[in-house]
Amino acid sequence: MHTIQMTVNGSLWTGQVEDGETLLETLRTRLGLTGTKRGCEVGECGACTVLIDGVPTTSCLYLATLADGKSITTIEGLSVDGKLSPLQQAFIDAGAVQCGFCTPGMILSAHALLQRDPHPTKETIKTALSGNMCRCATYEQVTEAVQRAAEVIAAHVGT
Amino acid sequence: MYSVSELYIPQTLGEALAYLSEHPDTRPLAGGTDVLVQMRAKRLEDVRLMSLEKLPELTGIRCREDGVVEIGALTTFTQLAASETVAQRAPMLRTAALAMGGPQIQNRATIGGNVCNGATSADSAPGLFALDAVLVLQSAAGERRVPITEFYSGPGRVKRDPKELLLHIELPAAAPRHGDCYLKFSTRKAMDLALIGCAAACEIGEDGAVSKAAIALGVAAPTPIRASEAEAFLTGRKPGLEDLEEAGRLALQSASPRSSWRASKEYREQLIRTLAKRAFRAAYESAGGVL
Repeated sequence: MHTIQMTVNGSLWTGQVEDGETLLETLRTRLGLTGTKRGCEVGECGACTVLIDGVPTTSCLYLATLADGKSITTIEGLSVDGKLSPLQQAFIDAGAVQCGFCTPGMILSAHALLQRDPHPTKETIKTALSGNMCRCATYEQVTEAVQRAAEVIAAHVGT
Repeated sequence: MYSVSELYIPQTLGEALAYLSEHPDTRPLAGGTDVLVQMRAKRLEDVRLMSLEKLPELTGIRCREDGVVEIGALTTFTQLAASETVAQRAPMLRTAALAMGGPQIQNRATIGGNVCNGATSADSAPGLFALDAVLVLQSAAGERRVPITEFYSGPGRVKRDPKELLLHIELPAAAPRHGDCYLKFSTRKAMDLALIGCAAACEIGEDGAVSKAAIALGVAAPTPIRASEAEAFLTGRKPGLEDLEEAGRLALQSASPRSSWRASKEYREQLIRTLAKRAFRAAYESAGGVL
């Protein structure tokens, strides 16, 4: 067991984790943040993607102990005061969700992309989301959602 | 939950090497994108892990005064792809980094882990083979330097002593006129392994002829390999299209691909001929050569 302290969606969390425990398990079982999905568990599907210090990471391949001192963002951390982020809203508006299982991971990868590149091309979006699989094949709508979000955010920044 | 007997996180290189000396059964953990996947498949159980996360000696990319580029073993593929130093010395390593896995994997996977895991499909391996990269390993007993072309001993096996850590990878200085190319052939663009990976490096002498030809292949044999016959044929030439065809045929002589569910032996043989030809052509042209 290791005692770790990490910031999760802006709040400090201190607790004990097992040596073999993944960050995915810690988030889901110890913190109750079940928005992060358990998919393939071998880093191939991207459903468990979270941001660690802003960087998209598959939390199934990340030992919780190593999160000590890090800042974690999960899908629960994107909304503000119960209001969806422009990116989350764009996913709804573009119909970029079918079964929804891949959506949290998709949105976090897209969120990180928009942070570093507020005006991504379609190709850039596809590359940034290439580690997130969607078995319902909503890729076109997802790409559109990210483009819409970029426009909405740009318009908001402009005002 | 992974089956871990202990997770040790050294704060200094000295601590890490001392721990390895005491516990040679330790599995060093870099990005975890290979080791943890093997543990998930229960190929490894009750594993003693040592995280390399806190060791600054294993990070960073720098170009020394003698032109040698040092790449820290813990350099992630994202860092490799973003490095100007790498882009100048060996742009094909950037290509390879962006062809490996997907963004999340590139953010965690390290070049040192990619090499030490010993997979013939490792995307960084053909480029490092073609560049005659040298691995610098360290144990409590001292430092050891090994050409990467002598490091692999079989599928998933490398000649890293259990008490050693890979510190960094050295790329020798390049001639003024040099070029390279990495071609990965896979069914998907992301999150897939190469059916064949092929790297070529070329240097051109003052007489305009090829002074160094290197062609390296992944998944063409149980370990990454160099295509020595093709290289010998190309060296000293000002190659034309027919010479490239011949080099492709010769590359096949060094290879021993097998059939797997990803591709048949025959399909891989076709890929080896074609990719060797294309990769060397691109490397030659990027070095300033004209067909």
